[in-house]
Amino acid sequence: MAIVFKDLPDEELIYGQKSCQGCAALLAARLTMKVLGKKTMLACPACCFAATTSVYPESAVFVPNVVTAFPALASTLSGMAVGGEAMGLDDDVTYLGIGGDGGTVDIGLQALSGAAERNENILYICYDNEAYMNTGVQRSGATPYGASTTTTPAGICSKGCDNTFKKSLFEIMAAHRVPYIATASTSYPKDFMEKVAKAKAKKGTKIIHVMAPCPTGWGYSGEKTIEIGKMAVECGLWYLAEYEDGKYKLNMEPKEFKPVETYLKAQKRFKHLKEEDFKRIEGYRDADWERLRRLVQM
Amino acid sequence: MGTKAFLSANEAAAHGVRLARPKVISAYPITPQTTLVEKLADFIADGQLDSKYMMVESEHSAMASALGVSMMGARVFTASSSQGLLYMCEMLSYVSGARHPVVMADANRSTATPWNIYGDHRDAMAMRDSGFVQLYVESGQEALDTMIQAYKLAEDPQVMLPVMVNLDGFTLTHTYDLVDIPDQDDVDRFLPPFQTKMKLDFDNPQVLCGTIGPAFHTEGRIQQCEAFEVAKKKIAEIDAEYAKMFGRSYHGMYEEYKCEDAEQVLVATGSLAGTTRVVVDELRAEGRKVGMIKLRSFRPFPKEFFASISGKYKALGVTDKSISFGFDGTIYGDVKASMYGNCGTKMANFICGLGGRDVSKDMIVEMFDVLQNLSDGKSEDEVQFIGKRW
Repeated sequence: MAIVFKDLPDEELIYGQKSCQGCAALLAARLTMKVLGKKTMLACPACCFAATTSVYPESAVFVPNVVTAFPALASTLSGMAVGGEAMGLDDDVTYLGIGGDGGTVDIGLQALSGAAERNENILYICYDNEAYMNTGVQRSGATPYGASTTTTPAGICSKGCDNTFKKSLFEIMAAHRVPYIATASTSYPKDFMEKVAKAKAKKGTKIIHVMAPCPTGWGYSGEKTIEIGKMAVECGLWYLAEYEDGKYKLNMEPKEFKPVETYLKAQKRFKHLKEEDFKRIEGYRDADWERLRRLVQM
Repeated sequence: MGTKAFLSANEAAAHGVRLARPKVISAYPITPQTTLVEKLADFIADGQLDSKYMMVESEHSAMASALGVSMMGARVFTASSSQGLLYMCEMLSYVSGARHPVVMADANRSTATPWNIYGDHRDAMAMRDSGFVQLYVESGQEALDTMIQAYKLAEDPQVMLPVMVNLDGFTLTHTYDLVDIPDQDDVDRFLPPFQTKMKLDFDNPQVLCGTIGPAFHTEGRIQQCEAFEVAKKKIAEIDAEYAKMFGRSYHGMYEEYKCEDAEQVLVATGSLAGTTRVVVDELRAEGRKVGMIKLRSFRPFPKEFFASISGKYKALGVTDKSISFGFDGTIYGDVKASMYGNCGTKMANFICGLGGRDVSKDMIVEMFDVLQNLSDGKSEDEVQFIGKRW
C-alpha cells in the first residue's frame, strides 16, 4: 500500500471549500479522497466539514455526498452501505464517513458502536481538532487537559479543560474487534494516506482517527498547521498506531519525547499554563504511553 | 384472489410490507411494535422475503439508516412506537425535509411519564409537524392494505413524502382477525419497483440533505406543502385504484358513515372508528340519528371536507387519544380550525383512551348523549374527558 506522492492523481475531489486557512480537517478529507478516488459515497454530520463544503447551491465535494444529523453519521452511512449492496453496487465502492471529534467520541458514539458491532462495510474517518469547532470551540470528550475553550475558559478559578485524558476512540473501537483501526496525523501525510489505502482494501468497519490541528480553535497562525501537528507527535501528546487482526502496533515511537512545553506554548489555548501544568501533562502523557506499550505487547 | 389467514394487525401489516418488497428493513424492538419486525425477520428467514435486515442499536439509528438506504434509491421499511418514535424524531425531519419516501409503521402507544406501554395517540401526535404523512387504520385488514398503499403514495413522483402508518397498540397490534392476503403478482402490478433520480449516484454526483440557508429554505418548505396538497388527491386515487384491483376501499382520507340524515356525528380515528361504527348501528336501531366520520389521514388533514360540513349537523363530537397540553385534544383543534368562520354546528371535544384506557361502547353512547344535549340547546363543557374516574 505504499503511497508515492508523484503517482497520486492530480484531480482534486474536494476543493473550493470555505474552511479557515490552515484547516487540517479539510486537508485530511482532501488527502483521503486522493487515495479513495471517485468511487466513493461520502457522508458527514453537521460539522466544520459540512458547513464549509455543502451549503446549497454550492458544493466543494465532487462525489455523491450526504449531510446527516449530528449523532447519525455512522448509522446513515450504514444504511448507505447496506442499501448500496441491496441495489447491487460494485464491491469496490467505499462508503466514507467524515466527522469531527465531538460528532464521533460524544454524540455519534452510539451509532458508531452499533455500526462497528454489526461490522458494516464502512470507512469512518474522525478528524480530531479537539473541540466542537463548528459551533465555536466548545469542549468535547477529545479536548485535552488545560485547553481553554469557550465552555472551559481559563481563569483565576479554572485551568481550562480538566479532562485527564482524551477519550480513546482507538481503544473503544478496538474493543469492537473491527478489522482495522488507525490513528494518524495530517502532518504525516504518507503514513495517513497509506492507512486510508489499507482501510479501503478491507471489508467491514474501518476507523481512522486523524489528528487535525485547528488554527482558529487552538490559536496559532494558519501556516503552522503542519508544524504544530508534528510537534504533537514528537512530544508524545499524539501517537501513530494501528489495530489490525487483533494486534496493536505503534508506527512511530520517539526514542525521547520533545518537551511538551514547546508544543503547548505555541498555542493560545494553553497560554495560561505554568511549569507545574507542563509537568502534570507529561505525567498524563507517560501514563498513556505506558498503556499503549502494554497494548502493543498483548 | 389471495389467501385468508387469522392474523394480528402487526402480522397483517408485516404481510403488507412483505408484499411491497422493501430492499432493506431497519429494525429495533419496542412494545407493542416488536411482533411486526419479528414477523418480517421470519419472512426473511424462511425465504418469503428477499430483504436485508439491519438490527440497529436504537430507533435513532433505525431512521438514520432508513434514510441512508432510501438515499441509495432502495425501498426501505422501519417501525417504532412511543418513546422509540420520540427518540427517532430528529431523523423524521431529515427524511421528510430531504423528501425520501421512507414508509414506517407506528404501533401507537402512550408516552412517558408515567411509563405506559398501552395504546393512545400521543406518540404520533407529537410527530404532527415532522413532515410525515400520517394514516390511521381501523383493522388488521386495513393495516395490510394501507401498508401497500403507503408505498405507492410515498413514492409517487409528485408526492415523495415519507408515510407513517398508525396501528393502535394492543387494540389492533395484538388482536386477531381474519385477513385477506393479496397475491404477490397482483401487488407487483399495483406497486412497481421504486425508481428515483434523487439518489446517490456516481453518474450524477449531488449533495443530498444539504444545508440550505435563508435564500432558498422557504421554497423547499413550499414544495413540501405542495406535496401534501397533491397527497390529498393521491390518497383518494390510490385507494380507488386499490379497490378496483383488490375489492377493498377505505374511502381515501376520511369516511362518512351513516351521516346522510345524521343529527349527531362523532369523528373517530384508528380502532375507535371500529367501535364507533358498531355503536352508530345500535343507536340507529333505537331510532337515533347518529353517524361517524372516520379520519383516516391526519396529515394531510382533510380541512376542505370539514369546512364543507360546517353547519351540516346539529352537533359534532371529536374524539382524541391525545392532548395538546394547554389547549384541547389534538384533532379537535384541527377540526375546529377547519370550520372557523362558517361554523353553524355546535361542537364538543372528547378526550379518551389515554394510556390505553378502554373506550367502551357506553362511552361512545355518552358522547352522543352530550351531542344530543347540545342539539337540544342545553349547555355542555366543550372539552370533556370521557371515562374519567373523578
